[in-house]
Amino acid sequence: MIETNVIPAFVNRGSFIELNGRERAQALFDKGSWRELVGPFDRVQSPWLPMQGVAPQADDGCIVIKGEIGGKPAVAISLESAFQGGSIGEVSGAKMSAALDLAARDSAAGKLTAAVLLLETGGVRLQEANLGLAAVAEVISSVLHLRQYAPVITVIAGTVGCFGGMSLAAGVSSYIVMTREARLGLNGPEVIEQESGIEEFDSSDRALIWAIHGGEQRVCMGLADALVEDRTDEIAAGVRGYVAKGLPDEHRSKQVALYRDRIAALDASAQIDPLQLRQQWGSEKSKGETR
Amino acid sequence: MEHIEFEYPNAQRRITNRAHVGVVGSGDMEVLFEPSEGAGAQVSITTSVNGFRDAWKAVFDRFFSKFDGSVRIQVNDAGATPGSVLLRLEQAVEALGQ
Repeated sequence: MIETNVIPAFVNRGSFIELNGRERAQALFDKGSWRELVGPFDRVQSPWLPMQGVAPQADDGCIVIKGEIGGKPAVAISLESAFQGGSIGEVSGAKMSAALDLAARDSAAGKLTAAVLLLETGGVRLQEANLGLAAVAEVISSVLHLRQYAPVITVIAGTVGCFGGMSLAAGVSSYIVMTREARLGLNGPEVIEQESGIEEFDSSDRALIWAIHGGEQRVCMGLADALVEDRTDEIAAGVRGYVAKGLPDEHRSKQVALYRDRIAALDASAQIDPLQLRQQWGSEKSKGETR
Repeated sequence: MEHIEFEYPNAQRRITNRAHVGVVGSGDMEVLFEPSEGAGAQVSITTSVNGFRDAWKAVFDRFFSKFDGSVRIQVNDAGATPGSVLLRLEQAVEALGQ
């Protein structure tokens, strides 16, 4: 017999992944407190895509929303994964770094403004390669500027994952929240396979990919902070918690000695086992919240 | 990529709201509805798929057989099927009413 009460519970869980980029950002804010900056009607869109025969999007796949989270000022910058794989181009990158810079300016003036980055992205948009790379550099420097004052919280929820240049932005943020479905890595599986061969990394082996890039592994290794279910209320609560908490004791990317020692201690002569790595790295010092 | 424009001079009802729905993802499109600056309705389509002007015309003729708002419509399309296009347009009309 089918347990009919199980299905509605799952269907009605309020999936975060199933929302589009705009709805994801809106869902994080206190009701009625937010407004969108440089929205689709401002038509600040990529001038480069139409030249290459690609239809642009009126917001360039980057949604900026300003408002309050748990009563505190915050800005969310959300990448729309369905548009060009959430890739960063000149315009979307400029929107992201400008929003972070405004938050830093407000924070420096005494109005602490946290930032939430919803990173569903393959990295730099290939059609705008050099401008995209420059945008990544600007975003990273903007994150580093803002995080002196207020936390920068990265959320990676969907299966597009967060790769390439934007994984660096995730790496320098104050906290990373991931679902089990999400992935985080510098090089995506197909890039590794293409560059180093299928013996190095089989990009069709999904179990292998999630064992290395997956949210659970990243959190258990201490490279991300919280593992959440794909529920809008749970993710919003997690973000609210970090906004309320403020800055971490020490940013992960400042723990250089810790990670340098860890890398030096790895034995690369044998295949490294993901589970073993969790045991070795998932120490209290890495500040990861495991469950 | 192809750029297509249509005019529907008989759509005269005044519209004051704006609406934006959809995403330029594979097999989907975004559409922006705004009050028209002149008389009638203007449609401007940017589509990544070439050679379907007649299909777009048929869909919009059908849409404006029921809708009479004086709007400026912009579509950015990544290969939405005629059925999806009509659904997105109807969704935008619904959003206009909110």
